[in-house]
Amino acid sequence: MTNLFVIFLSAVIVNNYVLVNFLGICPFVGVSKKIGPALSMGMATTFVMTLTSAVSWLINKYILEGLNLQFLQTVSFILVIASLVQLVEMFVKKISKPLYDALGIFLPLITTNCAILGVALFLVMKEYNFIESIVFGFSAGVGFTLAIVVMAGIREELELADVPEYFKGAPITMIVAGCLALAFMGFSGLI
Amino acid sequence: MNYTSLLYAVLSMGGMGLFFSILITLANKKLHVEEDPRIELVGDLLPGANCGSCGSAGCANFAENLVGGKSQLNDCPVCGAEAAATIAKILGVEVESGVRQVAIVMCQGGTGAVKKKADYDGIKTCIGATFVSGGERACAYGCIGLGDCVTVCPFDAIHMNAKGIPVVDRVKCTGCGNCVSACPRNVIELHPISHHVFVLCRNEDSGKNSRAVCSAACIGCKICEKAVDGVGFTVENNLAIVDHSKYTKELVLPTEKCPTKCIVIVGEADEV
Repeated sequence: MTNLFVIFLSAVIVNNYVLVNFLGICPFVGVSKKIGPALSMGMATTFVMTLTSAVSWLINKYILEGLNLQFLQTVSFILVIASLVQLVEMFVKKISKPLYDALGIFLPLITTNCAILGVALFLVMKEYNFIESIVFGFSAGVGFTLAIVVMAGIREELELADVPEYFKGAPITMIVAGCLALAFMGFSGLI
Repeated sequence: MNYTSLLYAVLSMGGMGLFFSILITLANKKLHVEEDPRIELVGDLLPGANCGSCGSAGCANFAENLVGGKSQLNDCPVCGAEAAATIAKILGVEVESGVRQVAIVMCQGGTGAVKKKADYDGIKTCIGATFVSGGERACAYGCIGLGDCVTVCPFDAIHMNAKGIPVVDRVKCTGCGNCVSACPRNVIELHPISHHVFVLCRNEDSGKNSRAVCSAACIGCKICEKAVDGVGFTVENNLAIVDHSKYTKELVLPTEKCPTKCIVIVGEADEV
């Protein structure tokens, strides 16, 4: 149990995927203008990450390792991720069209979100068991959600701030992201 | 390399592919979203330039809003009468046609007319020049000449002439107003297509000062106002203003009398 808690804390805060490992930056900047869509994006990513880690662990253990085909890891994980994203996309379109429009291109782009492939590859590398893998995938997703929602909160406030003309848009976003990463660096070495 | 591992690789990847494609096909059936088929029909008839002057986020969104009854057909200034009529038929509503508007560039201060105050080597956009010094031309009211309006036009209806002044193609112009908002000097205006007489200058400085920067400037001399007895032309803030409601074909225009030739007839009188 302690083990699982350490994995959770590590993935959410100490080794936060976005702010410490620099994975999955594109939705982090692209969908972090408002808290609502950011939270939905985070939840969609968490869902995909959790399922991906479960399915890819099974595939890796029983198909790839069983048949000695570890060299197919990247291809088969991408296949898993792409299929899951396709399912999530259909699901989101079904339950909420406005959310589907708000997420726009970033929803299918989860497919090539390096944070998700990162989760799948890391859990193989770290030789987690099935339960640990699922907890790892879920907490990586929570970490991503935390980062993107905090970022969106700051950017909402930034709309009202008196930003110098030349810093408006992308530059100030990058600076804010840098400051956030700096804050998260404070946790490094904790675990 | 042996053939067994090749076979296993092909089989396992193929199996996974098969499994996921079956899963997705089933999900597609289950999660299929019914869309109003009219949205696509209407969307095809819209201009598709995504200029945004209807207030919706692009043509696809406008089509959705039209079908949903959230937008009116005449919110789209671009849509031709024919397309509008077809869309109205699809939606089962009456079409209220608005007056067609076209853009007009209210400046003649191109190369040769306006004085050059400096060399400008900065970013070649009007908005960029505005941030630094206002570009090369000495007039603080007129066209900067770096063509932001040409860049934003989704209909290829505005082009730079040899003197570096944008000219609107009144046939291609749809009145979407993108150039109007792109111009940092607000030199471009939208006018109903029936307006033909314009004073092509925005310089509000005194005659002496505006003549000092540009030979095509309106100097506020009031010759036009006197020539028509105040009917149709008035001078305010050192600038002649045309009253389009007073303009009739019978009115003798003071175009020739204007010392700087800034009163201009644009377009044909029988233009639709």
